[in-house]
Amino acid sequence: MTAFLEVRDLTVAYGAIQAVRGVSFTVERGQIVSLIGSNGAGKTTTLRTISGLLKPVSGEILLEGEPIHQLPAHEILARGVAHSPEGRRLFARMTVEENLRLGAYIRKDEAGIQEDLERVYSLFPVLGERRRNKAGLFSGGEQQMLAMGRAMMSRPKLLMLDEPSMGLSPIMTQKIFETVKELQAEGTTVLLVEQNALAALALSDYAYVIDLGRTTISGTGQELLADPRVQEAYLGEGVAS
Amino acid sequence: MSILMSQIVNGLILGSLIGLIALGYTMVYGIIQLINFAHGEVFMVGAYGAVGTATFVLPTAVTTQWWFLLPIMIVIGALVSMVVAILMERFAYRPLRNAPRLAPLITALGVSVALQEAVRVFYPEATAAIPFPSIFIPGALVLPIGDGVPIQYSGILIVVVALVLAFALNTFVEQTRLGRAMRATAQDRDVARLMGINPDRVIVLTFALGGALAGVAGVLYGNFYNFINIDMGFQNGIFAFTAAVLGGIGNIRGAVVGGLAIGLIKSLAGQYLPGGGAYDYVWIFVVLIAVLVFRPQGFFGETERVRA
Repeated sequence: MTAFLEVRDLTVAYGAIQAVRGVSFTVERGQIVSLIGSNGAGKTTTLRTISGLLKPVSGEILLEGEPIHQLPAHEILARGVAHSPEGRRLFARMTVEENLRLGAYIRKDEAGIQEDLERVYSLFPVLGERRRNKAGLFSGGEQQMLAMGRAMMSRPKLLMLDEPSMGLSPIMTQKIFETVKELQAEGTTVLLVEQNALAALALSDYAYVIDLGRTTISGTGQELLADPRVQEAYLGEGVAS
Repeated sequence: MSILMSQIVNGLILGSLIGLIALGYTMVYGIIQLINFAHGEVFMVGAYGAVGTATFVLPTAVTTQWWFLLPIMIVIGALVSMVVAILMERFAYRPLRNAPRLAPLITALGVSVALQEAVRVFYPEATAAIPFPSIFIPGALVLPIGDGVPIQYSGILIVVVALVLAFALNTFVEQTRLGRAMRATAQDRDVARLMGINPDRVIVLTFALGGALAGVAGVLYGNFYNFINIDMGFQNGIFAFTAAVLGGIGNIRGAVVGGLAIGLIKSLAGQYLPGGGAYDYVWIFVVLIAVLVFRPQGFFGETERVRA
């Protein structure tokens, strides 16, 4: 059986600088998979290449067995891959509802869109209360909820979240991760990039460590939590929260 | 009193026309940060396309009824300009999408010259100004102020059409799914792609809309002044570009208000300020510079907000 998402020996460069030089991993349907690693390891670049914002120098990305790495970003979204980018990147001058509707841009089923808007508002009531407010005026946590809601609005098969906990309070982080769990329970596959390795591993079915642009160690979330190499490099006392 | 009123009327008419052209500058800048210097020529070709069709293509029976001819000419002007704008985007600017910003800017100047020369060479007798038929109700409405203030019906047409189109455009951009896609692409093109928006299509749509509005402006201009020449795009293009900057480039309301402001400055300064009509251009740019010194983002421009 073919894997849901398979990344094979990916190399990506910004001009002369190779940010990713040999990333390989597999995501099975319905899993939560994390990519962990230090700053600049190539995690964000990997996600940006999967969603089509960057083109690989070499290597392959297969979604349900079909290569997608030559497709433009908007066609990759149409195949069911949503990407909530690093730093949230909301449309700051648009309202909450406009941001969410943009998430559903490719859909034409108004009834279904309404239903999903209500769902996001019930998951994150603060967004519902302030649906006519401009997204740029929100706090970091609220913006993260909106970024996640926006990515959910296309009803993706694969949801990629880049640093969803960045800059958030522990309570807010927990709320976001609970939502990720809920989405998984509904059948969404999740690919998570996190610096908060402890929280990410606790949540994940499987995880990969990316170091200097390469996938190095991999295993189930529990295995990596117990791995002394991972503990030393990514779960040092300072990081664990 | 009646002189002042007349000049205000003139200013509003010219200003509406400039505002209509300025919409194309401001939309294109908003979405790809390009000052499309060839946009004035898009306005010019619309006028030539419409008058050419009326002269060489349409049967005379059609051209005698204004209520029939006017809509046809407006639609043809809009179509000609729109097609030129789309081709310009596709073949001149799109290949330079990721080039340094100076490259498309110089290209815009080149396209501008190329379009002027193309009309000069290929349109019969376009080396001099050519007559444009008066296709709307002739004559003027006279306001009973002082000695009477005449307002040309063709001028009223300009103001009404410009305001209706600007309002329609604003509604389109603010309320519709495609309008949302345009704003999203303007704000953050990469994230717009992540929403499933194809930026190429949004950009070509932007050029098409701006081009169509400029084409309508071209026909209204010809109908009002009864002469068109191949320089009309350069002169009015500079005014319209200035209007877009004055109003806050990237902003639709700003383009209209900037256009009206420039129309009024030109006609009032030409009447009342030292130097008269010979110096009216000077005052436009004096105001532009003053506004840019105190409010660099223009009347309605937004300063970049920092994301949390």
